[in-house]
Amino acid sequence: MSLLLQYTLIFSSVLLLVALGGCFSEHSGIINIGLEGIMVIGALGGALVMKYLPDGTCGAAVLGLVVIGSVLFGMLYSLLLGVAAIRFKADQTLVGTAMNLLGTAAATVIVKAMNTAENASNVSSEISYIAARKKFLLVDGMEFNWFMILAVVILAVSYIVLYKTRFGLRLRSCGEHPQASDSVGINVYKMRYAGVLISGALGGLGGVVYITAGVSLWKFENGVAGFGFLALAVMIFGAWKPGRIALAAILFGFFRALSNVYTGLFGSLADGAAEITWLRNTFNFLGNVPGTIYNMLPYIISLIVLAFTSKSSAAPKAEGIPYDKGMR
Amino acid sequence: MLSGKDVILLEENYAIEMLNITKRFPGIVANDNITIQLRKGEIHALLGENGAGKSTLMSVLFGLYQPEEGIIKKDGKVVSIKDPNDANALGIGMVHQHFKLVECFSVLDNIILGVEPSKYGFLQKKEAREKVLKLSEQYGLHVDPDALIQDITVGMQQRTEILKMLYRENEILIFDEPTAVLTPQEIDELMQIMRNLAAEGKSILFISHKLNEIMAVADRCSVLRKGKYIGTVNIADTTKQELSRMMVGRNVEFVVHKEPAKPGKTILEVDKMVVASKVHKNNAVKGVSFNVRAGEIVCIAGIDGNGQTELVYGITGLEPVVSGKIRLNGKDITHASIRKRSVDGMSHIPEDRHKHGLVLDYTLEDNMVLQRYFEKDFCAGSILMRKKNIRSYAEKLIEQYDVRSGQGAVTSARSMSGGNQQKAIVAREIDRDPDLLVAVQPTRGLDVGAIEYIHKQIVATRDEGKGVLLVSLELDEVMALSDRILVMYEGEIVGEFDPKKVDIETLGLYMAGAKREG
Repeated sequence: MSLLLQYTLIFSSVLLLVALGGCFSEHSGIINIGLEGIMVIGALGGALVMKYLPDGTCGAAVLGLVVIGSVLFGMLYSLLLGVAAIRFKADQTLVGTAMNLLGTAAATVIVKAMNTAENASNVSSEISYIAARKKFLLVDGMEFNWFMILAVVILAVSYIVLYKTRFGLRLRSCGEHPQASDSVGINVYKMRYAGVLISGALGGLGGVVYITAGVSLWKFENGVAGFGFLALAVMIFGAWKPGRIALAAILFGFFRALSNVYTGLFGSLADGAAEITWLRNTFNFLGNVPGTIYNMLPYIISLIVLAFTSKSSAAPKAEGIPYDKGMR
Repeated sequence: MLSGKDVILLEENYAIEMLNITKRFPGIVANDNITIQLRKGEIHALLGENGAGKSTLMSVLFGLYQPEEGIIKKDGKVVSIKDPNDANALGIGMVHQHFKLVECFSVLDNIILGVEPSKYGFLQKKEAREKVLKLSEQYGLHVDPDALIQDITVGMQQRTEILKMLYRENEILIFDEPTAVLTPQEIDELMQIMRNLAAEGKSILFISHKLNEIMAVADRCSVLRKGKYIGTVNIADTTKQELSRMMVGRNVEFVVHKEPAKPGKTILEVDKMVVASKVHKNNAVKGVSFNVRAGEIVCIAGIDGNGQTELVYGITGLEPVVSGKIRLNGKDITHASIRKRSVDGMSHIPEDRHKHGLVLDYTLEDNMVLQRYFEKDFCAGSILMRKKNIRSYAEKLIEQYDVRSGQGAVTSARSMSGGNQQKAIVAREIDRDPDLLVAVQPTRGLDVGAIEYIHKQIVATRDEGKGVLLVSLELDEVMALSDRILVMYEGEIVGEFDPKKVDIETLGLYMAGAKREG
């Protein structure tokens, strides 16, 4: 039970961070399909910081530097979307898709090159960060970490920024009716860059939170297993509103955790652990369901949920349409 | 004779002056040496047909376009306006024809957007709300600051736009075709608001092509025609006829001349037709029966929303009918496809030209053959388009019906003015030589020249022995064109009249549901 809770919270934090990132981008009018790729690159940034920090660094510094590393990497990478979609008015969906492909591939190449440079026989795309990761934990031996608290803080800040500040009002107007924003002297291009960069920051941060969830090393050729897309689903299900996004993140996080706990532990560990017995009893009515079903669950749920909710969605009206001052 | 001192005094009276403005676009001179001088505290109308260059001139004033020649003066001083921010800083504000409002924001948020009062970046809406309430009180602009734009009427949205300008303390207010979207009652209110604003010292530039409104509210009027400046007149010294002559370049007949109808065989029979409504659970058309004969114009009159739209949808096949029969030339077409109806001789000038009339991103020539592209002349062996034939056919229609566009047959329909889009549809529908022409509000939003033209075409169609079913909300149009009037009220036909034997007041009573036949 506790394991399930831990994983639910940690996956929810990831989804929350990334979905909020997407939310900023879309409220500015740019569809960010590239969250998946941004997560990978952000994760790479965080992982590199953890790899190269000396062992003795204090916990707060590790945490701070990892956050900064992932945020910076994420923002830099998101500029790709910004420049292509805003400056050159490219199709946002295509650019995002390209970014997803590029993200995993680039991270793999970089990490492999670094590994072989250190040791010619090491051709893996892994980075391990056993020592650094421990410093994120709030309680020893439990998967509660500082990122969860950070995610909640960012949730509150996002709500305030979007709905209580001048910046938020202007940002949202650009996603709804950029001609109106322009007519009152708001620079639509700048606001859209801001939205994309914030999504890069939060997406990157989400990436590093994801790769430190319960594991101490990451194989970058795995990417982030569709978490960027799940976050998009969370954002849509959450109707582009921070509060509802948080609830959606918990729901999706729970199903993701369920699959993790089930497949990760049922197969490999011996019977006896209390929570495994509990889980098995809980799901006994399903009989001997293969673990892969649980793995598929979050994605299937998101398909179903979106099929029923996306029609009446409250998407920003102008999202996906490149803004051109000349068009009326 | 004016002394030098008087001239200086007069000059000082101008709030804004646009002197000798010339703006060229590829293939067209949109503004050719135009001079407009707006006095302080006056309502100055800017009159011109669609495509006369009014919008371009205003875009120049707002810094959206830079003119090739000419200068702009504010209070007698030359100013440079490079973008809308410069215009804002000079106190120039505009109510755009298509409102620049964020639908899911509140009225207050829309008003303060761009000039938000804030402390450390946090919005301070309290004082803004008080200012808005005070302004709306002062000018009689009643609107709830907390309502969402998507929930309020078009009239209220327009008031929000006006409040936006007042909140920014703009001195020069531009209204771009402000009445096109309003009901008659809302138009009266707007006129009063404009008078109040002028009385408070605001200078108003009122862009319109509706002569009645200009005569009612403006002090002076400047006229543009085909990009050229024609002149400025005092409204008190002029007449509707003179204004329209200046605008169109010839005398415009406000009366449609037509011979008495010679109705022939029945073309369209509608028998107890019922059509469901999309907005409410009841039926929109409740068992309507009537017929249209060759060589007559039957007009459906009524207040908007009494089932006219659905009636036309049923007849043209845009919506399925619930029950009843429709016959065209004696043939049952109740359940026929739209293409079948079209091929069998039904033409349709739709109510919404953007939604049902044109494919906006197609070229003009492709739009001209929308219902005929499959014919042998335009399509070889049902596979290959004969582009050459399409081009020459489109050019023939453009010539014959005087459809004006930037690049002729290859102009994208979206880039054309509303009046010319409508002319293109009229050309296409009439040229198909239909037995029945269904025309729904064919002159909506058009200027007098285009209205006169379209009216003539409709009468000519009738005189060729076609049946015409006309749906119109404008009583003047109903009286001028029809041979027979059917009044629709709440989905039923409540009266049938001969236009020569009925007056507008009587029709109004039937339209409002106060009287009915039988």
